[in-house]
Amino acid sequence: MNVSGPKIYYTIPILGGIPITETIVNMWILMAVIVGICLFLTRGLKERPVKKRQVVAELIVSKLYGLVEDTMGERNTGYAPFIGTLMTISAVGSLSSLVGMRPITADLSVTLAWGLVIFLIVQTVSIKTTGILAYLKSFFQPVALLFPLNIISTISTPVSMAFRHFGNIASGLVISKLVYSALASLSAAVLSFIPNDFISSIPIFQVGIPAVLSIYFDLFSSGLQAYIFCMLSMVYIANANEP
Amino acid sequence: MERAIVLAASAIGAGLAMIAGLGPGIGEGIAVSKALEAIGRQPECKGTVTSTMLLGCAVAESTGIYSLVIALILIYANPLVNLL
Repeated sequence: MNVSGPKIYYTIPILGGIPITETIVNMWILMAVIVGICLFLTRGLKERPVKKRQVVAELIVSKLYGLVEDTMGERNTGYAPFIGTLMTISAVGSLSSLVGMRPITADLSVTLAWGLVIFLIVQTVSIKTTGILAYLKSFFQPVALLFPLNIISTISTPVSMAFRHFGNIASGLVISKLVYSALASLSAAVLSFIPNDFISSIPIFQVGIPAVLSIYFDLFSSGLQAYIFCMLSMVYIANANEP
Repeated sequence: MERAIVLAASAIGAGLAMIAGLGPGIGEGIAVSKALEAIGRQPECKGTVTSTMLLGCAVAESTGIYSLVIALILIYANPLVNLL
């Protein structure tokens, strides 16, 4: 059994070597796929939809705007494209494990980068809405003694979001591989009494049983984590944007 | 020898770290049971209750995920071995 981080395909020899990992390659492939789907869905838009794909595109967009409006309020619907982008790349990135790619979200660099983006947006928005002085003052609320704790709680927000997403997907990866190799040893142990070498080497238990795990870890967990990541970022941004 | 001791201690530490999985398990169980009670009382709120419950479960899972990250670091990217 071998569980490892993303493979390094190539190292660009500048700035002390920039590694091109499996994650980066997979992410570019997925981005190309998503852009292709978007171009296909939005080609030849008419005011009255005559094609099925325009109906699908309108359904996705209106659902997205409805979700953002329900969660963040009407004044924050401008964030809908950003939230939609985040949700799409997160869901597609995790679901890519269904076609045998290493999920990009099982790499902490990816989720931590998204967490930092959310962090920057939240801090910028809260400085914009309250003003720099009130923003600085909010770190000394309710008592000045609590300043270190406020700093820690501010910094821990993106870190916990990143760890949550990474941990869920990576644990699915690790557990699937563990169960897969355990089933191989189990079928080897059960079939060892058969004298025929060829038949006893067939890992019969590896058929079907891992698919049940895959439904939970790949389908359910991926969708749920994408939803939760976007939900939490919406809540944080909407809180920062309270006047 | 020192390396063996560090590796053994890391493996035990990774196992101990995953005891933290207890807390989220109990907490999520309570959350789901309360959500089921709520749905039983008001079946028309099923959608809202379910989505809110999933969100709460995911947030309650954080501590378990932290321990998982620590266990993964101890097993796959052990920083202590390099100190020898």
